[in-house]
Amino acid sequence: MSFSVTEPSIRTKWFAGTAVVLYAVITILPLMWIIATGFKSPADSIAYPPKVVFEPTLEGYVNLFTQRTRLNQDDLDALPPPETWYDEMVREQGQVITGRSRYGERFMNSIFIGFGSTFLCMVLGTAAAYAFSRFRVPLKNDLLFFILSTRMMPPIAVAIPIFLMFRQLGLNDTHLGMILLYTAVNLSLSVWLLKGFIDEIPVEYEEAALIDGYTRFQAFYKVVLPQAATGIASTAIFCLIFAWNEYAFAVLLTSGTAQTAPPFIPTIIGVGGKDWPAVAAGATIFLVPVMVFTILLRKHLLRGITFGAVRK
Amino acid sequence: MAQIRIESVRKEFGAFTAVQSSSFTIEDGEFFMLLGPSGCGKTTTLRMMAGLELPTSGEIYIDGEEVGMKPASQRDIAFVFQMFALYPHMNVGKNISYPLLSQGMPKAQVKEKVDEVAQILGITDILKKPVGGLSGGDRQRVALGRAIVRNPKAFFMDEPLGALDAEFREHMSEELRALHDRMGATTVYVTHDQLEAMQMGDKIVVMNHGVVEQFGVPQDIYDWPATMFVASFIGSPAMNFLNFHGIVGTGTTAVKLAESEIKVPEQLGGARGDLVLGVRPEHVHLDDSADYRGEVTATEYLGTTQIVTLNTPHGEIKARIPSSTRAEVGENTGLRFDERTITVFEMEKGRALLSAANQGVLNHG
Ligand SMILES: Nc1ncnc2c1ncn2[C@@H]1O[C@H](COP(=O)(O)OP(=O)(O)OP(=O)(O)O)[C@@H](O)[C@H]1O
Ligand SMILES: [Mg+2]
Repeated sequence: MSFSVTEPSIRTKWFAGTAVVLYAVITILPLMWIIATGFKSPADSIAYPPKVVFEPTLEGYVNLFTQRTRLNQDDLDALPPPETWYDEMVREQGQVITGRSRYGERFMNSIFIGFGSTFLCMVLGTAAAYAFSRFRVPLKNDLLFFILSTRMMPPIAVAIPIFLMFRQLGLNDTHLGMILLYTAVNLSLSVWLLKGFIDEIPVEYEEAALIDGYTRFQAFYKVVLPQAATGIASTAIFCLIFAWNEYAFAVLLTSGTAQTAPPFIPTIIGVGGKDWPAVAAGATIFLVPVMVFTILLRKHLLRGITFGAVRK
Repeated sequence: MAQIRIESVRKEFGAFTAVQSSSFTIEDGEFFMLLGPSGCGKTTTLRMMAGLELPTSGEIYIDGEEVGMKPASQRDIAFVFQMFALYPHMNVGKNISYPLLSQGMPKAQVKEKVDEVAQILGITDILKKPVGGLSGGDRQRVALGRAIVRNPKAFFMDEPLGALDAEFREHMSEELRALHDRMGATTVYVTHDQLEAMQMGDKIVVMNHGVVEQFGVPQDIYDWPATMFVASFIGSPAMNFLNFHGIVGTGTTAVKLAESEIKVPEQLGGARGDLVLGVRPEHVHLDDSADYRGEVTATEYLGTTQIVTLNTPHGEIKARIPSSTRAEVGENTGLRFDERTITVFEMEKGRALLSAANQGVLNHG
């Protein structure tokens, strides 16, 4: 179905344009602040009034990725000359690098858990949504309601039972545990969203494939999936954003091996609480994957977030 | 090529019965029409034949083999859906080749086949195009292409022209019929358009409320309807019904309507009570010497013929007469019915009574 929309007047366009720009500025401002802070020196980062113009430095990024120790001037002088630019930068603060920080590891944990749970969620969600959409499932409506009801309270309300359960099962502070947890939380949303998308795909396409000599699974795989791509992509973005940003469970259930970036970033600030640039650098890098993922899938997302409002 | 036989097939959706014990046979190479009003179970019947729906009971035979429980992919049939169901993520050529790829046919041979089919349908120049922007007619041709490319045993089409505009339907229906005559494959075609069914079909099944009302060649169904439903559904304007109260018995050759004797074909059975005289508009003649009378209430000019509406003691009837015959509104005139063509129905059951004229048709169908 197609429908026509009358061209908005110039005034409406101006008004809408201004509103969008204003909204964009307001939302982008904190983001800009964080990105800028990442390139400030610690002194600049806490200057009042805040500095808009400053001399950029990579100190924050160097500090983010390194562990350092403070030496007195004599010991510093006794060292051989610095080998790299970052060695030199650290020495100027009266410190030496003693090793790599944990940030890289935590970041990789986030990647692994975030994308892992998103992938699992899509596999399970698509299969469940397809079944609910196409087959006569006993107690279908009750099941669907039950699935939705798991999201009716904030997930953190069940944090303690989950914590105890995880301890019993040995899932505390494991990648598998976090992947399962985020998948479970996201699954209800995915099943509902995906069911909506699959409902929109006329069943005749699969029937045509069945008659053309394909099995039910081939019909699903070759005909339904390509057409559900938009829905799957936009649902995947929602799942990833949740898993990526999740903080409360991560604090509660991870501390070492499987700790993700969100609970780790605040700890970067270090003793004395001065290293805001490193925190900001950590946050900036943390933004990148979701941004890239979203940009890659934005074509789908735009169509997807209208939730089937636009029919072919 | 295949003969298809349906035996006491029944389909229930929960408590609702969509198709009730239907039986009919489609001969090899026939162009067979499933005709009936919306919701009567045509699509359901066709889907059961195709294997997209399982019958609740009854048997379906394709070439003598019982296929009721066989999946669609193993029946070797092709289905043209009402909305065509072209795969939107593939171009025209891929759509047509899709049924061949499932059989694992080599690429070169697939291409050859697709080209051949495209040639037949005149769509060679759009093979590379996406299906999204195609016109209704081209979509229709691509859907047909996907159906014929595999040389299936039978074609099933569910209102394949329903999505086209009126002007184009005519053209496509001719194209379809020509294609069928050329390929000679058994075709089952669903439509709710009685004219389409009469024009295109070798045989017609008329369904209503999930029941097969009549089954036969178009001419027989038109001339000798088995039920009042068939009589009123087929033909435009519909058959006239004159309700009367009376008795017919074996050998009756005339019934009494008001004060007039109306001659009817010799009756072979008996009935009494509320009866209905059925007569087609073209078998009603304005004849002042007749003693059954009516008053002209409207005339509708149709070129060589005109439709005259008359008020009679038994209700309103329509007559199709030559335009040259004069008929004035308000005029009271005598009406003569062609006796040979009249059918008497039993009001309550809606069934035609057997007569010397229709026994040939009704006894076998
Ligand atoms: N899957 C289903 N579940 C429940 N009822 C159904 C189902 N499919 C069809 N029906 C019902 O069965 C009846 C017959 O449907 P069918 O689609 O066969 O009619 P049709 O003759 O093809 O009508 P149309 O001309 O509107 O396509 C309808 O009343 C319909 O509502
Ligand atoms: Mg139908």
